[in-house]
Amino acid sequence: MLVDETVAARAPWTGVVERGQLLRIVDLGGNQAVDCVLFDAHDHTHRYSAADTISAQRNIFLVTGTTLRSNEGVPMMTITETTCAYHDTIGGACSRESNTLRYGHHTAQQHACVDNFLDGGSRHGLTKRHLVSNINWFMNVPVGSDGTLGIVDGISAPGLFVELRAEMDVLVAMSNCPQINNPCNGFDPTPIQIQIREGDSA
Amino acid sequence: MSGPDTERAPSSATATLEQARSHARAQAGARAGTGPTLPASDATDLPAGVEPSLVLWDETVGVGGYTARRLPHDAVLRIEDLEGDACAQLLVYNAHNTSERLNVADTVKVQWQAYLGPGSLLLSDMGRSLMTIVEDTSGGHDCLCGASNRRGNEERYGDGSASGPAPNARDLLALGGLKHGLARVDIGPNINLFRRVVVGADGALQLAAPTDPSPAGRAAHVHLRADLDVLVLVANTPHVLDDDPIYAGGTIRLTAWQGSPGTPDLQQGPDELTPERARAYLNTADHRRELEG
Repeated sequence: MLVDETVAARAPWTGVVERGQLLRIVDLGGNQAVDCVLFDAHDHTHRYSAADTISAQRNIFLVTGTTLRSNEGVPMMTITETTCAYHDTIGGACSRESNTLRYGHHTAQQHACVDNFLDGGSRHGLTKRHLVSNINWFMNVPVGSDGTLGIVDGISAPGLFVELRAEMDVLVAMSNCPQINNPCNGFDPTPIQIQIREGDSA
Repeated sequence: MSGPDTERAPSSATATLEQARSHARAQAGARAGTGPTLPASDATDLPAGVEPSLVLWDETVGVGGYTARRLPHDAVLRIEDLEGDACAQLLVYNAHNTSERLNVADTVKVQWQAYLGPGSLLLSDMGRSLMTIVEDTSGGHDCLCGASNRRGNEERYGDGSASGPAPNARDLLALGGLKHGLARVDIGPNINLFRRVVVGADGALQLAAPTDPSPAGRAAHVHLRADLDVLVLVANTPHVLDDDPIYAGGTIRLTAWQGSPGTPDLQQGPDELTPERARAYLNTADHRRELEG
């Protein structure tokens, strides 16, 4: 095991996963959204694209076998296994600013995922300009037949995990979501576990 | 290979500097299929009530083309799918701080709606409205599928470069942005205008078939009111889910005019607003006061 860390509730995590290595994210407490963006470790303008990923597979849900693609259509990581049935990539990240629209201006000073991305990412040279639509591991965002879309109760549970194989060297920026105003964390943010190990072929 | 010794056709009209200059100048006044109207006040076929003197911008863009423009707050941008065959990729930035830009995820999530229509706000990543859809005759748009890229166009059309016959949307948007001080890092998730994408109950994405089978019957327009001073980038390329192996589309026309001044929340009755949109306009008006000092 190269990395085996517990990420505290509400905290960011960033790190490089090298090509061929496996990254496992474990939802320790259940229904804990984990916001995640990927960057080419050698060119941060080359990064995860939710649009390219869902357009290529013509489905909005991330499942076992999904290829996470870059803004140039290049495979960045592959979901080799997930025990949570599916994950979201259209709901974006919470921010202090968007929280004021969603819940009211009393939430303007609450910690949020964009602040985690900026806090963690800036230590690798990332700026707000690098942030794009992200992945939300363990988050449930259905779209109704009339287009109504939103975050509803999760489908995850304690111990469920997702495992990813890096198809290139990737800088992974994650936010263990601190949101307390909707059900994405069961209204109770909890720790997650991050594990990185060499792939089977290594 | 041609070189200094190459024998030129005697009919060349550009052999000397004087001839080359005359040749270049004689091209003025030629009519391309597409391009800008200058001065913009010479624009014709304007929407009812729009005085030519108020027109800020009038330009047509063919398939494979792009354009970019700064617009002041309260301006109305009309984007027209003239022939009913176009798909326009749109990005929007705060002109005074381009690190504030369209956030499609917040746009759909905050408004609880994946499909844009009249009254929809194009939200920034700072909790503000960049533009509002104030009129829309289209069958729908797409906030999810994004722009084509070079690699994908190479697979579908055999070429995807900006210099080739099937330019990809992402590189065209980058070109527009690069000319306004942006860089590739600034080209994020975009909106696709005039092509509707339906999300199935199982999450499947499907490019909706046009509701009218005749291209003329599908001609449509959308009016976007600028709620802040904005920079817009627009490309005109086939939708990324369009499986047609032929790179085909139609011409779009972009016409902007100075609108009635006022804060957005005054232009739209508060009773018509959802609480999320009302708070977005509150934030937008507050930022306009901040910018005006």
